[in-house]
Amino acid sequence: MNLKPKIETKNLNFYYGQTQALKNVNIICPLNKVTAIIGPSGCGKSTFIRTLNRMNDVIPGARIEGVILLDAENIYSSKVDVVELRRMVGMVFQKPNPFPKSIFDNVAYGLRINGMKDKEKVEDRVEKSLKEAALWDEVKDRLEKNAFALSGGQQQRLCIARALAVEPEVILFDEPCSAIDPIATAKIEDLIQKLKQRYTVVIVTHNMQQAARVSDFTAFMMLGELVEYDQTEKVFTNPSNKLTEDYITGRFG
Amino acid sequence: MKKKVIQFAGFFALRVCVYLVLAVLLLFLYDIGSKGGGAISWEFLTKAPHRGMTEGGIFPAIMGTFLVTIVTAALAIPLGMFAAIYLNEYAKQTNLTRIIRLCIRNLSGVPSIVYGLFGVILFVNILKFGTSILSAGLTLGLLTLPWTITASEEALKTVPNSYREGALALGATKWQSIRTNVLPYAFPGMLTGTILGLARAAGETAPIMFTGAAFYLPFLPKSLKDQFMALPYHLYIMATQHHDILKVRPLAYGTALVLICFVLGMNMIAVVIRYRLRKKRRG
Repeated sequence: MNLKPKIETKNLNFYYGQTQALKNVNIICPLNKVTAIIGPSGCGKSTFIRTLNRMNDVIPGARIEGVILLDAENIYSSKVDVVELRRMVGMVFQKPNPFPKSIFDNVAYGLRINGMKDKEKVEDRVEKSLKEAALWDEVKDRLEKNAFALSGGQQQRLCIARALAVEPEVILFDEPCSAIDPIATAKIEDLIQKLKQRYTVVIVTHNMQQAARVSDFTAFMMLGELVEYDQTEKVFTNPSNKLTEDYITGRFG
Repeated sequence: MKKKVIQFAGFFALRVCVYLVLAVLLLFLYDIGSKGGGAISWEFLTKAPHRGMTEGGIFPAIMGTFLVTIVTAALAIPLGMFAAIYLNEYAKQTNLTRIIRLCIRNLSGVPSIVYGLFGVILFVNILKFGTSILSAGLTLGLLTLPWTITASEEALKTVPNSYREGALALGATKWQSIRTNVLPYAFPGMLTGTILGLARAAGETAPIMFTGAAFYLPFLPKSLKDQFMALPYHLYIMATQHHDILKVRPLAYGTALVLICFVLGMNMIAVVIRYRLRKKRRG
């Protein structure tokens, strides 16, 4: 296998005050592949994904040890501009979080704060992003309508379009389908499959079928530790760790 | 059965409390309205008092209260809003900020006469603004600040964190996320809280008594350094200090009515602004 690592964590430890949420996590997320993180609630999977774009920085009392490499460069180095990092590593949250603006302004938001002024360029990019997020046909006639008027699944695709608009290289999905219905979920899973052609994707999910369907690699975490990490097919058909087997066969979790 | 009786009794008691409050309020408004209504006339609203304040109007007091409120707003709106933004968005939640917040809450409980005395020392004597619109307005501004800060902070808290996170995740700086994705949604609430605070300050007597309000002035102030007449102080004099209290009682009630309308008007402005901004946002 010839896989280029896009993200690599080395001896990653994470603490909320006294509580250790991640214990010595070593993962490689390969370029243009989908990496899924599964595990029971509270296992640290959301904490893990939020370290990848430094969203945990804003939490008071949070502390990180170890190294996270993005294209072989440590993102926690003092030389790294967090703002630029977050533009390169986009994130889609658990609950769709459109801003109370028009559909157009939601997608254009990231472009504008990054200084894109040319109206035509903004319009082009908004259209392109909405198409990429498979939402364009549903909203092209009402771009000026408030984003809250969309359904939950549409809102989540809008958030994906918004993340795509700033042209990131990595997209992190933090349980993107946990608040939406099965049909909308199927659409987003299709979308994730397509996105990996251009982006590196990391997805946290508590839905094992979803991990099996969309990902190339799967990491199973428990109590802050990485229990098993391998090709998805291997993890789900022939896990090497007893805990993983118990979890995917539904014996706990 | 017993559960339902208890529920009925509980709701009944709550309802009675609401009616009682409403009844007191209506009675109060009726009293002022019926006794003061007769005094209101074009002359009353546009003329200065004359003949030892037994005749004429209250125009200088209306203007005085209006001007002093503007000074109050000029201090309390920016300072209060910025302090709230800092406290809620930037300051780390440490023991120090908790103490600062507690102090701000406590300041809102300090009697207004204490603010008045503080204003005399700081603005009139040390900063040499004299007894003036400026001194009185700034004193009222200080009095309003705890309210403005608290109300603004509450308004900022109603903006969901997902707006802040969402913006940050797209590569916004903290200030960009606050300016474009927090303040626009908190602003109506911040403004409403501030205006309510200002309305309260406009009705205060004690803080302006020593810092700039005058017993009687037949002319309007020409600059911020001049003394002024104010509605609440005028009312206080007409009600307790005048040489012929019984004779001027209708004028006192008239003044009270105008003051209440002034305060009510400001509150209405707050409601309208909030409604307009919300509607525009939804549009």
